[in-house]
Amino acid sequence: MKISKLAVAGTLESSDCMVTIEPAKKGIDLELDSVVIRQYGRRIREVAMETLDRLEVKNARVTIVDKGALDCTIKARIECAAARASEFEGRVSWGGTIR
Amino acid sequence: MSHPDKYRLRRTMMFLNCQKPSLIKDPYVYKPDSIMLDLEDAVAEREKDAARYSLYHALQEIDYRGVERVVRINGLDTDLWREDVRCAVAGGCDSIRIPKTETADDVRTVEYAIAEAEREFRRPVGSVLIMAALESARGVINAMSICDSSERLFGIALSGGDFSRDLQVPISGTGVEFMGARQHMIIAARAAKVQCFDTVWTNLDDMEGFRKEVETIHAMGFDGKSIVNPRQIPVVHEIYTPKQKDIVYAEKVVREIEDKRAKGIGVFTVDGKMIDIAFYDGAKRTIALAKASGVYKGDL
Repeated sequence: MKISKLAVAGTLESSDCMVTIEPAKKGIDLELDSVVIRQYGRRIREVAMETLDRLEVKNARVTIVDKGALDCTIKARIECAAARASEFEGRVSWGGTIR
Repeated sequence: MSHPDKYRLRRTMMFLNCQKPSLIKDPYVYKPDSIMLDLEDAVAEREKDAARYSLYHALQEIDYRGVERVVRINGLDTDLWREDVRCAVAGGCDSIRIPKTETADDVRTVEYAIAEAEREFRRPVGSVLIMAALESARGVINAMSICDSSERLFGIALSGGDFSRDLQVPISGTGVEFMGARQHMIIAARAAKVQCFDTVWTNLDDMEGFRKEVETIHAMGFDGKSIVNPRQIPVVHEIYTPKQKDIVYAEKVVREIEDKRAKGIGVFTVDGKMIDIAFYDGAKRTIALAKASGVYKGDL
């Protein structure tokens, strides 16, 4: 998935996270700010990187502001932001690349 | 053969906005019988895509602990509903609620899309159930054919907000504007042997009015009520749970009918009331509801 423009998904409400994705020249640059960074920072990064890898996002700057989101919410917000940033308009292959 | 969950206990169906992770992450703690994960009216137009991603991953990852997961898709007059169906079926939903249902063909159109999605995502064809929300005068008038439209359809629900607009009357709080629709729908549902659910009560400050309305729809024969707040759940469950004296009486009726039938006696009395075979199904239903509500410890 090629990131061609800046896009945002999610909110700063409790149990949610706000994900911003924008084009980058080389690799993934992930910045994380979380209310539970000491306890779950590593896990959130892991989920984010796995999700980006599955979506085949190779180059992007990704900023996550987390307010205590579950793994499923982090995945959902990253996928939505990536789809918006890539101007994706086809049918989502639920269970395929979105898993 | 009928789907094993077609007639499951559905006293409460709690609406939850798929756009809000805080709402869909742990609603099972309130113990509703079903949750209604909403992709339709509660979701802002520009967040429809985000709501679908949230829905898919919530269905895949959250253990809702036996609470039925119904997904309300967008209306058939939008270009959103087909993708809603794919997303919900792929995620693993139990049922799909069709909004603004007006004809039997509406149900069959969605049923066809569900079957396609079941094949695409390798779920057994027929595993996803359907319920139809009737939100217009035309939909209510067609309740009978809608109830008969599909083996997957487990019930119909009145959607009061849109229905009252179609009738061109405000919601009074007395239920007078819904009287005809409620009566018509429950009769159609019973004739077709499907369930029937009442509309939401949105005035959370008037719990006394809510209780009265639940007592009314319970007496009318409705199987349950759509709800918008966890505070409403215990009220509905209390009213729908058979009282101990009703359970004891139903037990007596079932046992006496079975005993008297074996002896060739058709009419007799239980606690001074005349009883015949016509009371059998009702008594069995009381026992079944008591069992499903977890208050029956007997052996019937």
